[in-house]
Amino acid sequence: MVRFEYLEPTSLGEAVSLVDRHWGQVRVMAGGTDLLVRLKQRVIRPQYVLNLKRVPGLDGLTYAKGQGLRIGALTTIRTIETSPVVKEHYPVLAEAAGMLGSVQVRNLATVGGNLCNASPSAEMPPGLLAYGAQARIVGPKGERTVPLDQFFLGPGQTCLLQGDLLAEVLVPESAPKTAGVYIKLSPRAAMDCAVVGVAAVVTLEDGKCKDCRIALGAVAPTPLRPRSAEDLLRGKPLDPGLRERAGQAAMEEAKPITDVRGSAEYRKEMVKVLTRRAVQQAFQRAMAS
Amino acid sequence: MKQLISLKVNGTTHEVAVEPYWTLLNVIRDHLGLTGTKRGCDSGDCGACTVIMNGKPVNSCLVLAVDARDRDILTIEGLAQDGKLHPLQEAFIEKGGIQCGYCTPGMIMMAKALLDENPRPTEAQVRQAIAGNLCRCTGYVKIVEAILAASEAMTPAKP
Repeated sequence: MVRFEYLEPTSLGEAVSLVDRHWGQVRVMAGGTDLLVRLKQRVIRPQYVLNLKRVPGLDGLTYAKGQGLRIGALTTIRTIETSPVVKEHYPVLAEAAGMLGSVQVRNLATVGGNLCNASPSAEMPPGLLAYGAQARIVGPKGERTVPLDQFFLGPGQTCLLQGDLLAEVLVPESAPKTAGVYIKLSPRAAMDCAVVGVAAVVTLEDGKCKDCRIALGAVAPTPLRPRSAEDLLRGKPLDPGLRERAGQAAMEEAKPITDVRGSAEYRKEMVKVLTRRAVQQAFQRAMAS
Repeated sequence: MKQLISLKVNGTTHEVAVEPYWTLLNVIRDHLGLTGTKRGCDSGDCGACTVIMNGKPVNSCLVLAVDARDRDILTIEGLAQDGKLHPLQEAFIEKGGIQCGYCTPGMIMMAKALLDENPRPTEAQVRQAIAGNLCRCTGYVKIVEAILAASEAMTPAKP
């Protein structure tokens, strides 16, 4: 393991000022499940590791009817997976959380770490993007709220500036007749990264698609919203022909790479199939809701 | 710089001076001498180092020792009571859930965490729970049987 100096702030203000002061030489630790592995592999060699776990108020989730869900950045993936309130109101997030790593990893890993690592194949972004989530960021100049689709800039890169920390994820209340799904394609049923991940959340009104959001994982430098596919569906009945065209549109927006998990061509084809399937399943769930 | 921490393991509090970059696994094995907890991949993939921290199973290779202070840690050595093995340990022996033994402590700690939360899991739930524990002998069938047998022994089905 890389030798580092350890910082353990006990307030958010102290954390921000330490990250600001040591910018470029500090790595922020939330759950540590990615960070410690990279420190052991010496992929990164920071002078400081700043542990956020003793900062009060960053952990835990709260739901208020009409206002939506607030998920503290240090909330574990296991908490999201098992939370009755998440299962009831945002089941896609619970489903996706249950597909990340193992129980042991999920008890440590946090939503903030999953987002801030900005891995293109990360498990939590598609569902959060499909629910229209926002990131509340706290930094040296105060705080701001950024739509999650502007949070990711590239692999490992986010919109966080010097001294910024992700404090909270805000998920708006869903409209009536809204339902969604997350489909993860991976060769193994557990302990594997997504080859392709697709989340879809659909709101129905009078049998038509009033609104929908689709989000793709592992098929572009960042998690991606295929807007052209969403635009095709909005305001229309979700018949099979339209779902097929939406899959095609999503495929055209995907910019996957070829790597050990799959070729770019295969990933593109799977985006088409899984987008079509995700929209259909979301539609069926919304009809039943 | 070393920091003096108190670490509560199996009900006993230890004062240990730790470097910030030491993992809980290092300290449990190399400083407390509790070598039941195994080091496998050292990167959170194999589950051999599973311990229960504040009631939750975690990979001890992914926890900094300094961050484990003031938390309640249970390792495989803490399961037997008064010289009597835990029903999970008995069941692993009885059912042949042990081959080389390297994954066993992690498997048993994960199984204990499962049964604490869900005393009567289905086979599918057992398999999901141990998804993060690799058995290099591939003896999963007997391991699953052992966990189900322990569940039965600890919480008999209502007639």
